[in-house]
Amino acid sequence: MDDLKLIVSPSPHIRDTETTDKMMFGVLIALLPVLAASIYFFRWDAVRLVLLSAGAAIATEAIFQRLRKQPIRVGDGSALVTGVLLGLIVPPSLPSWMVILGAVFAIAIGKQVFGGLGQNPFNPALVGRAILSVSFAAAMTTWTAPLLDGVTAATPLLRGSANIPDLFFGTVAGSLGETSALAILLGGIYLFYKGYLDYRIPVGIFASVTILSLVAGQSVPFHLLAGSLLFGAIFMATDPVTTPITKAGRWVFGIGVGLIVMLIRIWGSYPEGVTFAILLMNAATPLINRWTRPRIYGQGVKTSE
Amino acid sequence: MRQVRSFFGGIYPKDVKQSTAGTPIQTLSAPETVVVPLLQHIGEEAKPVVAKGDEVLKGQLLAEADGAAGAPVHSPVSGKVLAIEPRPHPSGHSITAIVIENDGNDTWAERITHPDPVQLDAETILKRISEAGVVGMGGAGFPTAAKLTLPKGITLEYLIINGCECEPYFTTDQRLMVEYPEDIILGAKLMAKASGARKIVIAIEDNKPDAYASLKEHAGSIEIVLVPTRYPAGGEKQLIQQITGREVPSGGLPHQAGAVVQNVATARAVALAVRDGEPSIARVITVTGTPIAEPKNFLVPIGTPLADVIEATGGFTVKPGKVVVSGAMMGEAQFSLDVPITKTIGGVAAFTEEESATPDSTPCIKCARCVDVCPARLLPLKLEAFGMNERFDEAREYGALDCIECGACNYICPAKRPLLQYIRFAKLEIIARDQQPS
Repeated sequence: MDDLKLIVSPSPHIRDTETTDKMMFGVLIALLPVLAASIYFFRWDAVRLVLLSAGAAIATEAIFQRLRKQPIRVGDGSALVTGVLLGLIVPPSLPSWMVILGAVFAIAIGKQVFGGLGQNPFNPALVGRAILSVSFAAAMTTWTAPLLDGVTAATPLLRGSANIPDLFFGTVAGSLGETSALAILLGGIYLFYKGYLDYRIPVGIFASVTILSLVAGQSVPFHLLAGSLLFGAIFMATDPVTTPITKAGRWVFGIGVGLIVMLIRIWGSYPEGVTFAILLMNAATPLINRWTRPRIYGQGVKTSE
Repeated sequence: MRQVRSFFGGIYPKDVKQSTAGTPIQTLSAPETVVVPLLQHIGEEAKPVVAKGDEVLKGQLLAEADGAAGAPVHSPVSGKVLAIEPRPHPSGHSITAIVIENDGNDTWAERITHPDPVQLDAETILKRISEAGVVGMGGAGFPTAAKLTLPKGITLEYLIINGCECEPYFTTDQRLMVEYPEDIILGAKLMAKASGARKIVIAIEDNKPDAYASLKEHAGSIEIVLVPTRYPAGGEKQLIQQITGREVPSGGLPHQAGAVVQNVATARAVALAVRDGEPSIARVITVTGTPIAEPKNFLVPIGTPLADVIEATGGFTVKPGKVVVSGAMMGEAQFSLDVPITKTIGGVAAFTEEESATPDSTPCIKCARCVDVCPARLLPLKLEAFGMNERFDEAREYGALDCIECGACNYICPAKRPLLQYIRFAKLEIIARDQQPS
């Protein structure tokens, strides 16, 4: 047995089978019901925007990795996830060049300038949406009614009311992927089942939105189902990179997002505040991590003597 | 029934125990030469009391303990001392060993037996345990008598006998509990007497109902507790947390939480030492893993090379990529199969080349699975970054020294990052800096 060339490496010698790539593709699978709903409601616009956004995101990621002399790792699916997410949170009538610009900004400014995967403080897709919102305010708030080509309509948030079943199934005006609560919830259930989503963040968001709606004397189901709240809570506020690493911190993050959303909805000049609420809490994440460090085993305990 | 408390974190690796869990322990006779390292415990190397060319008997003292955490070593066979020289050691270092040519007669040295050892006083029991070279056989190798000797004025509430065997692959402790329950119970009673512990609790992971049933039959008033199967349930600090609900203070010792933990294999070694006068010269190991022809449990003399125990299973069916002693989670990979079995090696696990491949690590996405599984409630991803960037003060502040090196963070990481390596690096640096004269 002398000719054996044995590998010597430190423990542990076994590893779980989960990988980052699998997690990214798990998010894409969770987005399938949302994609299906958006294609059903908005037809070719949905296909156009999602494909362009995803393609632009992947191309930008590859170009930046090349420029930064990093290994090209677009196969890990993270840029694809960002691109698809951005495509799903823009209005159906958005011009193609705008969504491409948004995706380029999402990856370039939202992610790569900070050092790429895992280093970005802000959710890249939301950075893309925020940049589009402030640059092209009109195009980003022109909503077409679903199933009716080209007819513009006000979003329920602007009107301040809507039929709750419409919000649940998605037959209201809004961003591509955000109209159908049912499709989003299906994706959320899948993410939870696969362990890719910590329930603390969405539950924290729903809880604080519910309580603040009650305090403000407004409709709870309306606030939970309207606008980007559900999509943001399930797919954006649970992005691991930009949210707290501690369990207590995730509660703080979720509750904080819900609070800011309601402040913007009730008193802000924007009709919807989910994007900015999540981005603001992203900014607070390092502080939240610092303040919610778990007590280490054996620290601060008294001896039994 | 005692309420078992939960410990923080933990993982559920595949246990890979089914191929040996029901296999009776088979006794292996010693090879033609045995290699007995002078270091099979933490602390100082033992000092040889024999010389090259000496005839020795089985069980005869070969080297005596040196220092407070030292332990003596004895001859596993009768025969002749061929050499006292550095040899490859399972730790990866080269360590002085006494090489003995086995005469094949197994002629025992004189043994002092005690048919009713429970009648002995604490001092005598401790002395016998110490002289027999019994050390923690769960892997740590802390001399057992030293661990049972508490500072003056302290009364110990619990002696916890650890039969969890949370390391995947191994069934050593399980087979011991199934086949030698009386020895384990006797060893537990002797250790309780020696340490003055008021209560004995034997803890077993609930995936070993056979071990539970076996011990239960002989337990009498001794409490036997099933703990949920979750790695590292058998970690000393985690076991104390589960049984007593208390935590060992950071930087402190288990008795400060009112408990001392001893492994079931150690308990049996204590029984053999005190009752039968047999020093620690053999132990039970599991030899297993995909490349192993027929995984088995063996009672094997200390000093038997890995190559021999692997041969005894029928050898490798495919080329192994890695051979690990003492555990898939916490054990050491070996570069040579010439290294001997020591008192602290609970088994040998071989992995195929495919199983041994180290995956490329990708950027951390802060999924915090490592945080969720850490039984010390650390933030492994932060500690890794501090270690990598040599920010040792922050590593200390974030509790690097409280890491028990269980490897759960590394196991779970979807980005396949070497978290534990960087944490170990930070720990070593912190300790080295503390020892530097300022």
